[in-house]
Amino acid sequence: MTDSRPVLTMTGISKSFPGVRALHNVDFRLFPGEVHALMGENGAGKSTLIKVLTGVYGIDEGTITLGDEQVAFSGPMQASAAGVSTVYQEVNLCPNLSVAENIFIGREPRLLGAVRWGEVRRRARQLLTRLDLDIDVTAPVASYSLAVQQMVAIARAIDVQARVLILDEPTSSLDATEVAQLFRVMRQLRDEGIAILFVTHFLDQVYGIADRITVLRNGTLVGEYPIAELPQLALVEKMIGKELDVLERLEEQPRRELAAVEGGTPFVAVSELGRKGAVAPFSLTIHAGEVVGLAGLLGSGRTEAARLFFGADRADRGEVTVNGKPTSLRNPVQAIEYGIGFCSENRRAEGIIPDLSVRENMILAMQAARGWLRPIPRRRQDELVEQYIKALSIRPANPDVPVRNLSGGNQQKVLLARWLITEPRLLILDEPTRGIDIGAKAEIQKLVVQLSDGGMAVLFISAELEEVLRLSHKVAVMRDREMVAQLDNDDTVDAERVMQTIASGSTRKEASQ
Amino acid sequence: MNERLRSMASHRLFWPVAVLVVMLAVNTIYRPGFLAVEVNNGHLYGTPIDILRLSAPLILVGLGMTLVISTGGIDLSVGSICAISGAIACLHISQAPDQNSLVTVFTALAMALGAALVLGAWNGVLVSVIGIQPIIATLILMVAGRGLAQLVTEGQIITINSGPYRALGLGHLLTLPLAIFIALGAALLIAALTRRTALGMIIESVGGNREASRLAGIRSARMVFLVYVVSAACAAVAGFMMTANVSSADGNNAGLWVELDAILAVVIGGTSLAGGRFYLSGTILGALIIQTLTTTVYAMNISPQTALLFKAVVVIAVCLIQAPEFRAKLGRRRRGGPPSPSSAPQPQKEEVTA
Repeated sequence: MTDSRPVLTMTGISKSFPGVRALHNVDFRLFPGEVHALMGENGAGKSTLIKVLTGVYGIDEGTITLGDEQVAFSGPMQASAAGVSTVYQEVNLCPNLSVAENIFIGREPRLLGAVRWGEVRRRARQLLTRLDLDIDVTAPVASYSLAVQQMVAIARAIDVQARVLILDEPTSSLDATEVAQLFRVMRQLRDEGIAILFVTHFLDQVYGIADRITVLRNGTLVGEYPIAELPQLALVEKMIGKELDVLERLEEQPRRELAAVEGGTPFVAVSELGRKGAVAPFSLTIHAGEVVGLAGLLGSGRTEAARLFFGADRADRGEVTVNGKPTSLRNPVQAIEYGIGFCSENRRAEGIIPDLSVRENMILAMQAARGWLRPIPRRRQDELVEQYIKALSIRPANPDVPVRNLSGGNQQKVLLARWLITEPRLLILDEPTRGIDIGAKAEIQKLVVQLSDGGMAVLFISAELEEVLRLSHKVAVMRDREMVAQLDNDDTVDAERVMQTIASGSTRKEASQ
Repeated sequence: MNERLRSMASHRLFWPVAVLVVMLAVNTIYRPGFLAVEVNNGHLYGTPIDILRLSAPLILVGLGMTLVISTGGIDLSVGSICAISGAIACLHISQAPDQNSLVTVFTALAMALGAALVLGAWNGVLVSVIGIQPIIATLILMVAGRGLAQLVTEGQIITINSGPYRALGLGHLLTLPLAIFIALGAALLIAALTRRTALGMIIESVGGNREASRLAGIRSARMVFLVYVVSAACAAVAGFMMTANVSSADGNNAGLWVELDAILAVVIGGTSLAGGRFYLSGTILGALIIQTLTTTVYAMNISPQTALLFKAVVVIAVCLIQAPEFRAKLGRRRRGGPPSPSSAPQPQKEEVTA
């Protein structure tokens, strides 16, 4: 299926940022008509390699050859003009513009300087038909689901006679049917001879579609393998560079019984708490040392419910008691005073302060709680920061680099550290493991278990049911912005049962009450 | 470039300092006595002292502006606040029986400062509570404030004859102009307030990502409110100096366009207009650069018609020199000579100095 000559060759690529060596002497080949998975942990250099290729960053050393020509793109525009197109993890479209406008933005067909809108719409329709997508091209992009938006981004990418299509974690916000739809499109494009570079954290997806795999670790090349020669376990070992027993041990770890953690007064209890337009009234209790899972599809109201617990949004009805005392959670400052922490799922918009250093990002919540007049002494800062950099193995282990220079997974760990430093009594984790690799995922899961054993209450939100079930003592199931069930996580509960609950929308409140 | 030079050149204050040094050098070549300072009557006199003294109001306004810009905002009303505070102070002094009484002068200053704080709070409320975009919110007071100043002075230029008030602009302390100490004092006070406490980091955090800061437990709106009040207070003190310099309050012209110079000083100093990290020392250098430029224009007898154009050209040059991308381009051309066709697609290996 692959040609003998690569369409793209990268040789000896090195790239450094202040304080970070992102890539060191990396080789990479891409053949026409293949799907090539680029794998590695957070901070392994996947994103950097892509950005170097498309000219977002210059390279310090090395050469890039496209076809027979040596190239050095000055930016994504030039790269896509040369046939190297990228679709990023976060969909980069203008939400207020129409589908057709988004596809042709910056290169509209023109006649005497005027845009030929009819032609724009006609060609947009044609392109989307090629991707098996039948939508109104004049509607704003924002009116469609993320999956459709992803397809629109791909349509824009392939319209420019792409020879190389880069998909940077395109599936992280898609559900199973949407992923299948995406894969159908990818196969079709592959058969047309386009070389597809595919970055993902989902191992199943790699084995579902990729022809070859290149593995990076810590900015260096581990190797390039045909998919058949690299079984899943071997891949993971190459990615994290150590044995997998961490993850396996976690699987086997016995969980404490619900009855054991649900004694006494709950730390937080809400009753008929709701917010119009966000989440229907629900009741839930969380005890010290208890992990409560919130399961449900994207947009089912998981995040909205969690935000009420933190005062990030104000509830417009319902009652809250903390430690048995009635109160209301009006804003984050108040929630933090009660010892509640909240790791947002949207770490870029609601989490990190990109300009500030790792150190400053970590101590921010603690400092805010102390007030600006009582700065945390530098020595105490150093202790805390060093402790958590080590505990969460944050890379690079340099507290003074701006946090924007870190990879996504490491930024996530910094945010986690920000809240752990405040020693919260309830930690709300909204998709803490999304978009991060297996090693870090296992570390975070292990941490949740440790924290709850140590008496911390955790509200754990994840789209991955296995993960929720592995960690939670109790699972609350959300569907269509409503809490439809609460399940004791005993032997009778498995992913299938939760999925059925989500699907059927059963309102029986089982077991726990 | 050797290692030491390169590490020096990568310091964020390197280029502002270099620009200032070059300007002073050009002036000295043009007029050898430019840097001369002489002692007269126990006071130091000379062009460098004048530059320091005259840049004091701009430094003050610039310090406040730095904090505002750090939160991602902008304060266009500082010029008007200068005019209003100057007008109120002068009005009170002009109506007093004894214009030289210290009590009168301090009462006048307190009244004017109080008024400025109210105006700053107005800006702060518009931006932080009501959520109007800073450029629009402060534009209101920029325009309306001139009217307020006119109301205070009743359209006249109020002239006063008050020794203590004049000292704010022209007085001396320990051989140096008092204005320098006031500006320096304000700079040290703000630096201590922001860098000795956690206030600076919190302001930078709000400017870097307001929603994330709110979710980390920072009262973002309160911080935003605060910086507009501080900015107004700085502007008020600057207004005192401006009016003290000429012993009169002119509602129309006091502090005219100082907001633009202040923004320029902040940007030259390395604080990004997008908000986030701020650099007080950079702003002070920026203000000195702008004042040196103004003085240069006068010293070189450049005709008033071309003076503004001359300033604009220099400012463009300063901004270009500060931009790492521009320096990289310049460096490539100088080193590489005419690019040969084969070298065109070579990967770019620039020595990035910033």
